[in-house]
Amino acid sequence: MTSPTGQCPNCSAPITFAWPSAVQTVCAHCRSIVVRHDVDLRAVGIVSDLPPDSSPIQIGTRGRFEGDPFTVTGRIAYEYDNGGWNEWHLLFGDRSSGWLSDAQAEYAVSRLVEQPGRLPTADEATVGRRYTFGSVSLQVTTRTTAKYRGVDGELPFEYWDKSAVLFVDMRSPAAEFATLDFSEDPALLFLGRFVGYDELSLEGVRRFEGW
Amino acid sequence: MVGETTGLNCRTCGAAIDLRGLTHTRTVVCSSCGTIQDPHDPTVRILQEAWARMRITPTIPIGTRGTVDGHRYDVIGFQYRTIEVEGETYGWNEYVLFNPYYGFKYLSEYDGHWNLVTPLQALPEMAPGRTSAARYAGKRFRHFQSADAATAYVLGEFPWRVRAGDVVHTADYVAPPEMLSAERTEEETTWSHGRYVDGRDIWTMFKMPGSAPRARGIFADQPSPWAGRTGRFWRGFTVLALVLLVVMGLRFATASRKPIFAGAYSFRPGTGEPSFVTEPFAVEGSRPTTVEVAFDTNLSNNWTYFNVALVSMDSGSALDFGKEVSYYFGRDSDGNWTEGSRRGAVRIPSVDPGSYYLRVEPETDARSRTAVNYQLTVREDVPTWWPYLVILGLLAVPPVLVTMRAASFETKRWQESDHAG
Repeated sequence: MTSPTGQCPNCSAPITFAWPSAVQTVCAHCRSIVVRHDVDLRAVGIVSDLPPDSSPIQIGTRGRFEGDPFTVTGRIAYEYDNGGWNEWHLLFGDRSSGWLSDAQAEYAVSRLVEQPGRLPTADEATVGRRYTFGSVSLQVTTRTTAKYRGVDGELPFEYWDKSAVLFVDMRSPAAEFATLDFSEDPALLFLGRFVGYDELSLEGVRRFEGW
Repeated sequence: MVGETTGLNCRTCGAAIDLRGLTHTRTVVCSSCGTIQDPHDPTVRILQEAWARMRITPTIPIGTRGTVDGHRYDVIGFQYRTIEVEGETYGWNEYVLFNPYYGFKYLSEYDGHWNLVTPLQALPEMAPGRTSAARYAGKRFRHFQSADAATAYVLGEFPWRVRAGDVVHTADYVAPPEMLSAERTEEETTWSHGRYVDGRDIWTMFKMPGSAPRARGIFADQPSPWAGRTGRFWRGFTVLALVLLVVMGLRFATASRKPIFAGAYSFRPGTGEPSFVTEPFAVEGSRPTTVEVAFDTNLSNNWTYFNVALVSMDSGSALDFGKEVSYYFGRDSDGNWTEGSRRGAVRIPSVDPGSYYLRVEPETDARSRTAVNYQLTVREDVPTWWPYLVILGLLAVPPVLVTMRAASFETKRWQESDHAG
């Protein structure tokens, strides 16, 4: 595995990218958010302390999804009125990217759909509406306006300093799952399915005292 | 990082509060004063003095460890929820179970009935059909009850913000021993899947002292003890009925119907003493047999009643019986018609072998002047079908009883629903 290295523009500590395509990482030493433009590394801000979190997933956790091995390289933490969740960035063996979302230990794996065609607008995608993406038919179950709480590790895109983001979540009778992420325009479509904890065969998970 | 949020002090009374749900806990209730608070947000503090005074004791204490589906779960929260149905308030207990890797499950408890509830990630579909039903995992769940459920009392921790008197609209669908529940708030609908669990299994799962109290009444998704048995009983019945049919067929095919007496007689009303006795005849064989006494008459728009006694020459005992034979015919606007038959027969079961004669006394319409000629034939070893019918009826008793009990169980179950007949 090639590990392009450089120095933190803020504190000069070495920056190592585990993943060549990573666009953003967090300096392990000074908690600066470091983004990469070609060979330049630029510090764009400091990660605010992430809220205490009880996810068993952590950066470095490995697992498998439908036979494909993955490593967790980064994390985006969100919070909303009634709780919070994590989107863990997965780096698969074939260098492709995926996301493992963990909302109170309910897990779903999804991938960005590159050319989704026309997607519903934020106003259109109301609870109860049905949409078909490819062969998957889903129904809007929740609309969540979440606050971006912070990032950690390596991400496939620049993601920092966001404000409130609208997420439109959809489910299917076969536990398939889709999210429209309105942090960008046009929205991003992530498509995948819910998974059981055991199904992911996770290694290197966090240990909880007494468990 | 690990274990940093293991406790706090109650912001009302200062008592120490343990936290078991890690940072998932959005609501924790002080066990001393009942204040509801958010462990992450000191500004959220709800005084629930009335709730605190209610003091409902959970059957499974908060903090209890259990093993559910092979994984350890801790009981971290408890709520007492109520619904109103036709002016009556019903309440049940709900427990929050937590495992940091496998997440949250819930237990519901009502009158000794338990359900293990898992949040559903799949979205059930409404099933087409005459009755309201939901479809999930290839099963059809019939709508049972819809109600507004209010949270009346809380203890321990919850992974969501419990508000005072929270009300959600619930709809329950059953396919015993499973249940689907939809909880609707203004923002969203969440589905969960429940599985009926025997109280004794709950006691084992949570290593509870003593024994589980008996469940009272029938719960919405309680499996019927008769389910499956009805089918088994009717299959058994079908097999036995086929065996019976074969036995009956063999009997009818092999019966000798051997004539043991025949005689031709004539009877003219109003001429002397009508009664007479026949020549003796022998019923053969070593076992009792069915004897048929048949009358073939030349009746024409008339009737005859034969008073008969089968008299044993060995014991002198007599078996009395009678047979009416009548035959009418004519013609009306619909054409020719007939009624009755010129032939009549009586079967006497279980006649012991031996020597017998018949005493016969015919009667007919006193105004009739026509002679009645008839042939009297006695046969032995004549098969009859009615014992088979009786056996068939007896064989049907167990499956009919099981079917009735199964139906009555279902009636009682649905009496508690929105669809009570």
